[in-house]
This record gives sequence, structure tokens and C-alpha cells, in this order.
Amino acid sequence: MRTTALIAEDELLLAENLRAELATAWPTLEITAQAGNGTAAVELALQHRPQVCFLDIRMPGMTGLEAAQAISEDWPEDAGALPLFVFVTAYDQYALQAFDAAAADYLLKPVTSERLARSIARIQSRLLQPAAGDATLASLRQLLTQVVAPAPRLRHLQAAVGDAIELVPLDDIIYLEAADKYVRAVTAERDFWVRASLRELLPQLDPERFWQVHRSTVVHIDAVARAQRQDNGTMLLQLRQRPEKLTVSRVHAHRFKAL
Amino acid sequence: MLRPMTPAPSPPAAPGHPYRTQAVGTVVICVLVGFVLYVMRGRGFWVGMLYAFAIGLPISTSISVLMHLAERLLRRLRPEDSREWIGWGWMLPCVLTGSLIGYSVGLLLGDWLTGQHSQQLWQQPSGAAALTAAFVLMISVLGTLYFFSHFTLQAVRLAQADAQRQAAEARLALLQSQLEPHMLFNTLAHLRVLIKLKPDEAQGMLDRLIDYLRATLQASRAIEHPLADEFERLSDYLALMQLRMGERLRVKLDLPAELAGIAIPPLLLQPLVENAIKHGLEPHVDGGELRVTAARQGGRLTLEVADSGAGLAHATDLPGTGFGLAQVRERLAQRYGDKACFDLRPQPGGGSVASIEIPA
Repeated sequence: MRTTALIAEDELLLAENLRAELATAWPTLEITAQAGNGTAAVELALQHRPQVCFLDIRMPGMTGLEAAQAISEDWPEDAGALPLFVFVTAYDQYALQAFDAAAADYLLKPVTSERLARSIARIQSRLLQPAAGDATLASLRQLLTQVVAPAPRLRHLQAAVGDAIELVPLDDIIYLEAADKYVRAVTAERDFWVRASLRELLPQLDPERFWQVHRSTVVHIDAVARAQRQDNGTMLLQLRQRPEKLTVSRVHAHRFKAL
Repeated sequence: MLRPMTPAPSPPAAPGHPYRTQAVGTVVICVLVGFVLYVMRGRGFWVGMLYAFAIGLPISTSISVLMHLAERLLRRLRPEDSREWIGWGWMLPCVLTGSLIGYSVGLLLGDWLTGQHSQQLWQQPSGAAALTAAFVLMISVLGTLYFFSHFTLQAVRLAQADAQRQAAEARLALLQSQLEPHMLFNTLAHLRVLIKLKPDEAQGMLDRLIDYLRATLQASRAIEHPLADEFERLSDYLALMQLRMGERLRVKLDLPAELAGIAIPPLLLQPLVENAIKHGLEPHVDGGELRVTAARQGGRLTLEVADSGAGLAHATDLPGTGFGLAQVRERLAQRYGDKACFDLRPQPGGGSVASIEIPA
């Protein structure tokens, strides 16, 4: 049976080599897309919808883990099961155990032929008994929480307003939204722009109060009035003081199940 | 924005209170004095010994008590002063008063034990009183000198052991941070592929890696090397990185020939270059330029590592940068004290510059 795969690796030589070794060890595997950075990996995965994604962890643009999250969140309903993620890394002192438990598999660079053969066998058996999407999502969640190192907590955000820096107390914030190199902090009255990425801010927020509901959205849970289930496994959040609704991705929807 | 470096305060050597040493020392001194008394007077060995102890112990005790009181007083007067030793200016009065009080009390104690009656200092004729006082004071001062030198020696030894331990820890930390496993294994992954595809290129890369590893291992031991060597090692490292990042990493190394011989701590710039790549260039899809320069002006050498990348003004907040930068600061402080400056700031056109200023 024909299987399709994507390779995301910023170092071209290593990408080409993985491709060559896969061609020998797994002749029926077709590499439908190859990406040199995380952002391209997400685009190509959604376009080609491969069954397996080999993702390098450290890539420019987006890490392999973030790419896996983005692919899972935007995976179309009609595209079938989520792809199996195989993470490739040179060295990762924190996450190896998590990979072992959560990802379809992980490969350590330099990848030896024997290790690749074992990995292929594992992937093939997983493909035969497709896991429920929930299992993949749960694995991803576990990985994403493991990788975030705790940081000192913030009390307020520093937002640039004209020439001045305005201090926005965290309690006033209804939600945070990633926008390119900035984060938009939304309060009841107005928006502020904070020069930081959501990835940098997240570990500095109280996880009990600020919930990540999407890869680009973090909501202050006290500001949420109700959560409504959608057909495709996502949810819609209605806010107390704002008219707009926020989408909860499938990766994060589990947190609202108990509500 | 340039901040002078201040050396990290070393913790004060804190020997546990030397009561035991003091007790043993006092007993030894009392025995010696007992013998001296016997030799001088030629009679009543045991009575002499008893008086030696009866007087020696109160003297030792009262000097210690006075010294502790002075210590407390000083700590209250100058709380910011963390010195262990109160200084001779305070110590001498303590020794004088302590020995006179101790002598009077000891004499009463000896009389009470033996049933004899001795004359106190003020009851003796002035010549005899002066002689006795001089003898008592001499013994007290000699004893204090002995204890003082003994305890300072101990403190010095402790400080030495502490300094050695710290130096060993710093070397280990340096080695660990320089043998960055991510870089090492990625390079090895490349080598593994190249050996088959382009054996000549693989050999060249392996040579670079060997030089880099050798320099790293040596750097944890050597104190300094010439700036030319520093740039040579950086170019090894950057060649390895360029092989991996390709067009995305553009490098400019600029070392004026007349500065090539200046000695600096080995691989001082390495963590700055790694930071610039890791946080400035690697995350960028298009990569960018890395520039390492050396310049001298009026006896100051300025070394700069600049990247055209993400331009993080707050790069110190990023996980993983803290250790490398702290290490650079620490090494500068160790070597140059407050004569070195280190600074990391954003560049107007994007990217950031790390600069080191040292005397040269």
C-alpha cells in the first residue's frame, strides 16, 4: 500500500539523506513534500495531507512541536486521520522521554540505518491500526506542556502606546492574540500591542487563569461566559465583556469538557 | 549603557568557632608558664602549676569575652562591615584589660584553692607590680599572637580550598557550555552523510571539528591565548555552522593585524557567537549576517559580536541565553575585575550587538 510522507528539516543535506535512506528502507513510501522551515512545513502538510510527518525539532520560523500543533489544529475534517508525527532531533535533554511516550516515534541525529528500520516498522504498524484522533491530540498536548520551561510570573504587560509604555494589569486582560511579532492584548475597553511573542509570554502567565485555547489565542478564563461545542470538535467561547467569539482548537478543547 | 564589572563577592571564609583550639592552646600556655615559674623560683612545682592555671584560664576567658563584646559592638556600629576579625586597634585594649582582670580574679582563685595569701598588683611595691604586670601582659600578648596567626592561617587555607573548588567548577561549566550537544550531534549527522557523498569535504569538516574540540578542551585549562587564535577557533566553529546553515549564515570576521597578539581568556567570544546564531539568526527563515570585530582605542580593546537577526532587545530574558552571558560576565570579572565592561543591546537596523571592552 502506498504511504505518503512529509520531511521538514532546515538542513538540506540531512533532509536529502533522510529521503535517500527512506527510499532504500521503505520503497513504497512516497515523500510528497519537503520543507526547510516550520512555517512551510505547516502549509505543505495542509496542502498535501501526508500520512506521516518527519519533523525536525529546531527549525527556523516554527519549531517541529509548534508545527505539529498547527497542523493538528488546522487539519481539515474531511482529510481523515491526523498524520503520524515523527520528531527528529540532535539532542534534547528535556523531551526525549515525552517523545517516547507521546509521539509516533522520535529519531536522534545522526540517524543510524538500524534505528531508522525500527522506526519504520513502528510507523507501519501504527498505520495499520489508526489511532483515534484524540490519542494523537493527547500526545501533542503532553509534549507541548513538557517543553515549556517555567519562568517568573508577570504582574502586568508593557504595551507601547505612542512614545510611552503603558502598564496593563493582567487582571484587565480578556484575551491575548498572537499577531506576527506582536501580541494583541484585549481589554474590555481597548487593545494594546505588546512587543513579544505568545511563546515568550505564555510561561510567564498563571496557567490556572490564562488558558491557551488555540496556538494563537490565550484567554483569561474569568472573562469567559460560555463555551459551545461545534461539530468538528472545536468550541466557541462567548465572552462577558466583548462581542467577538473565540475558537478553541481541538488540541485544547479537552479543558472545557468538565465545565 | 556600558556597565563596569564588579567581581562577584566571595563568601567570607567562616571557620567554625575555634573553642577547642583555644582551650588546648590555653592549657599548653598555662603548662609552659608553670614550668617557667618553677625554673625561676625553684620551689613548689605543683603550687606554681596550680597558680599558672588559676590565672591563665581566667585571662584567656576574659580576653575572649571582651573580644566577643567588641565584635558585637562593632557589628552594631558598622553592620555593613562583614570582616571576621575586629582588628588590632580593638584587640589590644581587650588583651590589656582582659589580662589584668583575669590576673586579679585568678590570684584570688589560686589563694582560695591553696589557702595562701598573695598580694594583688595594687598592693605590691610599684617595681614588683610593674614586673608582674609586664610578665602577665607579655604572656597574654604572645598567646594572642599565637592564636591570631593560627586562625588566620586556617582562614587562608579555607579560602584557598574554596577558590580551588570554584575554579574547578568554573572550568567544568565552561567545558559543558562549549561542548554544546546540539551543535556536536548535528555536525556529526552531517559528517555521517558527507563521508559517503563527498569524502574530501567530510575530511575538511572533520579537521575543523578536531581543531574546535581540541581548542574547547584546552580552553578549560589555559588562562589566555592570543586574539588571532580566538578568531581562528571562531572561524572553525562558524565553518561548521555554515556547512549546516548554508546561505543562511553569512560571516564577517575582522581582526586588524596589529591586534592579533593581544592575549584574552580563551573562547571568551564563543558563547556570544553561539547566542547570536541561536537567537538572532537560526530562528530567521532567511538567516542573516554575523560580524565579529576587534578595535583598539586609547588603551581599550573593544570586541563586538553583531547579528542582523531577530533583534531582541530583551535577549537576556530568553531561555538559554542567561547562562552563556552570565558566564562571559563572570570570566571578565575574574580576569579584569571592574576594568571590563560587557553590554548587549539591540541594533537600530535590527539584530543585536554584544560588546566587550577590556584594557589592552
